[in-house]
Amino acid sequence: MKYLDEFRDPALAAALVQNIRRRSNRPIRIMEFCGTHTVSIFKHGIRQLLPPAIEMLSGPGCPVCVTANADLDWAITLTGEPEVILTTFGDMLRVPGSRSSLEKTRAEGADVRVVYSTLDALQIARDNPDRPVVFLGIGFETTAPTIAASVLQAEAEEVTNYYILSMHKLTPPATRAILDAGDSRLDGIIGPGHVTTVIGSQAWEFLPRDYGISCAITGFEPLDILQGIYALVDRIEAGQREVTNVYSRSVRPEGNRVALEHMYKVFEICAADWRGIGEVPASGLRFREQYHRFDARDRFEVDPGPTLEPSECLCGDVIRGVKTPPECGLFREVCTPHHPVGPCMVSSEGTCAAYYLYAGEQD
Amino acid sequence: MCVAIPLLVKSIEDLQAEVEMGGVTRVVSLDLTPEAKVGDYVIVHAGYAIGILDEEEALETLELFRQIADLTEGEDEVSG
Repeated sequence: MKYLDEFRDPALAAALVQNIRRRSNRPIRIMEFCGTHTVSIFKHGIRQLLPPAIEMLSGPGCPVCVTANADLDWAITLTGEPEVILTTFGDMLRVPGSRSSLEKTRAEGADVRVVYSTLDALQIARDNPDRPVVFLGIGFETTAPTIAASVLQAEAEEVTNYYILSMHKLTPPATRAILDAGDSRLDGIIGPGHVTTVIGSQAWEFLPRDYGISCAITGFEPLDILQGIYALVDRIEAGQREVTNVYSRSVRPEGNRVALEHMYKVFEICAADWRGIGEVPASGLRFREQYHRFDARDRFEVDPGPTLEPSECLCGDVIRGVKTPPECGLFREVCTPHHPVGPCMVSSEGTCAAYYLYAGEQD
Repeated sequence: MCVAIPLLVKSIEDLQAEVEMGGVTRVVSLDLTPEAKVGDYVIVHAGYAIGILDEEEALETLELFRQIADLTEGEDEVSG
């Protein structure tokens, strides 16, 4: 068992598709929350396999895409502070802020370094004890525990020049915000497999309870996604509303308690600003009082100036599942992966990038 | 961001695991999955293992897929 090829068997996939076609009678709208699901669905051509009655929408599950311009501007301005080393995941580098990007400030001489993990950022801090090293903390509940773990490690080693710019976001509150807005008109949600590995499938019980919507937690291989879609179609057709876990090899009802303990030891819940959605109560993470000395926002005073949004860019609507990328006048004409206007075209998990790379001209 | 491929734990020392996939090895932290053992497959995200895969559950899921396929095939024969 290697957990890969077994879940890519074409014969089983064909059978699952047939099952979905048989069970599907009425038009339904399904949103996959997670950007990794979006890419997998496009890459494996899953949309084309589904009956026309099933409409698949992409959600806000790309951390780069939902980072508000004001937060990005703060990070870009921070790179101008003396001696600062800004460390970041690579996807953030090319995202255009109001006036610049991390890539541009780096070209102008700022010390911006791409890292794969906070473990790398912490090592840079150890290697440069006289310089402040800031990690750009974007991500959901998958990333936040890893960042918390690095803070606890820094505390244990008494590393005093390591800081986090916390822009973490929590996925269930954003899903609530999208449903409360009402304009995406969803019948079912494919829950994010790895976020839910951390937070547990119980965290999605509010969907059937409060919104009458079914949720299928799935993995990222084609069979996982097809089985998740089948589970949703089946529940909707049967008039049942529930959370189904089709990724039980990774997801437990209670999630990963150790990861959650790390996350909530260092961070507490706060409001957060989401691109395309706006401020969502209780959807972000900030440092608890006792860890404030790791908070880049406490350590530095930065004035990024007024926020400007790119005109005509529909990333905000795409993130909420209200518009698809081809409905944007900039898509493919002006906005491409080489010259991105909005974040959904920059990130490898962005919906616009997925459409550009995989959907072809027909979409 | 959530791209995570199952990696096989080859060895463990002080909550640092050497993990392997397709002959390529690297070291990841087990801070968030301290119960991981040699021989487990872990989901790795940004340098940390964030979950351990359960083989029994995986086999049950695959069995479910096969049952669906068998059922679909059987129905085809009847309808065809």
